[in-house]
Amino acid sequence: MKPFHAILEGIGSTVLLAVRSARYLNTLPRQFPRFIEQCYLIGYTTMPIVTILSFFIGSVLALESGHSMEEAFSAKQFIGTLVGLTMVRELGPVMVAILVTGRVGSAITAELASMKVYQEVDALVTMNIPPERMLVLPRLAAVLVMMPVLTTVANLCGWYGGALVCKYTAFISVQPEAYFEALKRFMHMSDVWHGLAKAEVFGFVVVLVCCNIGLSTRGGPREIGAAVTRAVVVSLILILVLDYFVTKVLI
Amino acid sequence: MADYSATPFVGKTFGVTIDKLNKSFDGVPVLKNVSLEVRPGEIFVIMGPSGSGKSVLLKHVAGLELPTSGRVLIGSHDASDPKTRERVRLALVFQAGALFNSMTAYDNLALYPREHRLCNDAGIRERVMRALQILSLEKAAEKYPSELSGGMKKRVAIARALVMEPELLLYDEPTSELDPVMSATIAEIIATLRDHTAVTTIVVSHDRDLALGIADRMAVLMDGRICAVGKPAEFQHPADPGIANFLNPTIDLKHPRFRQLENDNE
Repeated sequence: MKPFHAILEGIGSTVLLAVRSARYLNTLPRQFPRFIEQCYLIGYTTMPIVTILSFFIGSVLALESGHSMEEAFSAKQFIGTLVGLTMVRELGPVMVAILVTGRVGSAITAELASMKVYQEVDALVTMNIPPERMLVLPRLAAVLVMMPVLTTVANLCGWYGGALVCKYTAFISVQPEAYFEALKRFMHMSDVWHGLAKAEVFGFVVVLVCCNIGLSTRGGPREIGAAVTRAVVVSLILILVLDYFVTKVLI
Repeated sequence: MADYSATPFVGKTFGVTIDKLNKSFDGVPVLKNVSLEVRPGEIFVIMGPSGSGKSVLLKHVAGLELPTSGRVLIGSHDASDPKTRERVRLALVFQAGALFNSMTAYDNLALYPREHRLCNDAGIRERVMRALQILSLEKAAEKYPSELSGGMKKRVAIARALVMEPELLLYDEPTSELDPVMSATIAEIIATLRDHTAVTTIVVSHDRDLALGIADRMAVLMDGRICAVGKPAEFQHPADPGIANFLNPTIDLKHPRFRQLENDNE
């Protein structure tokens, strides 16, 4: 009964945090410098790792599918379609969300948990500066802006990774023109929107969960470490669970 | 020596009424039927041994904890109502300072006027530098909390409270972890700031010298209960043996447990 109670409490406090943060939406324009700082932290610092990983994910996808499709169906001309759609609809948003969790979510939880444990959050409250306004809202706004950017970059890198592998791998040998022609033929704008919508949901939930776990930390340095681990684990589980439900809604 | 002449006079301050306050954590009672009256403009010191519930009591006044039963009123405003913080400028000097570690001392002080858009940048600078000057901290303005000594951190925390021009000022263990000289300085600062601003000041401490030195009135909190309230003179020679032992602790080195330690070492 206790774990069930803890899950319900976690969901409740996370939703409340979102509602409380939304109440301060009108303060966002004057928090512009803070918003830009968060955009930098979430977007710019995550970009290199997103670029490298998605490039290689696209490459591996092309390599594996090239091998299988040629052997099983003699359909290597559709590799571009497969890599393109998989990246756009599934791997792009999921991989970016996982990287944001590891790169940004953990840092957010560590920072907020540390502020909570060392009473900095209490100091804000006594100064009548709501932590939701100063610490949560700019992060939520920044992740909503940066997730589509990161996902688009991930998609492009994945496509080009796949295209390079197709060109330079002897047993595939599909030219980029044919690869991108296949990619374009079966992909619609709705597929891109579908992936970006997923990315928005994942990013919002990851940052919200990480903020909530950070702000509800009690204890000392050991609890800060435990909070970071919990935030990452909960975020990863939520990404994959939500992936199913969001896909079901969007299909 | 600090120059207090620039200290802003608040002119408005609040009394605090604590009425039958009870607080339990996971069913364990920490505050038991605590009732107190703090008059406007006075320095009220709450003393008690470690773990007696002093800081929890102060957090209730600051609205950081919700009572299990009973209530705390600041003037006529309920301290547990978040809107009270919009009506009463309340500053709490935390035991460890609670300075924002990622900001310089200057930015720590400037945060309140910036967030509440009290004045333009020049006005904020004037306000912050005045508070830093009052506490002789001008040279620490661009330093981060990690670069400051314990005493300086406490003074920055007090300066941050001062920038708010508070109508109620709370101190949580202001002299803990400080040497006697710095403790005396902090005590002087607390008393002088009250004299200049007339702000109601509540100090929580287990420092006997601080309490007897600055309090207009004081209370002793032991095991979550208020044991005595009165003027400092009344606590010089308390009749209650528990309070007397707390205020004038004596260690009997001939107690059997010390003998046992002696024997163990031999």
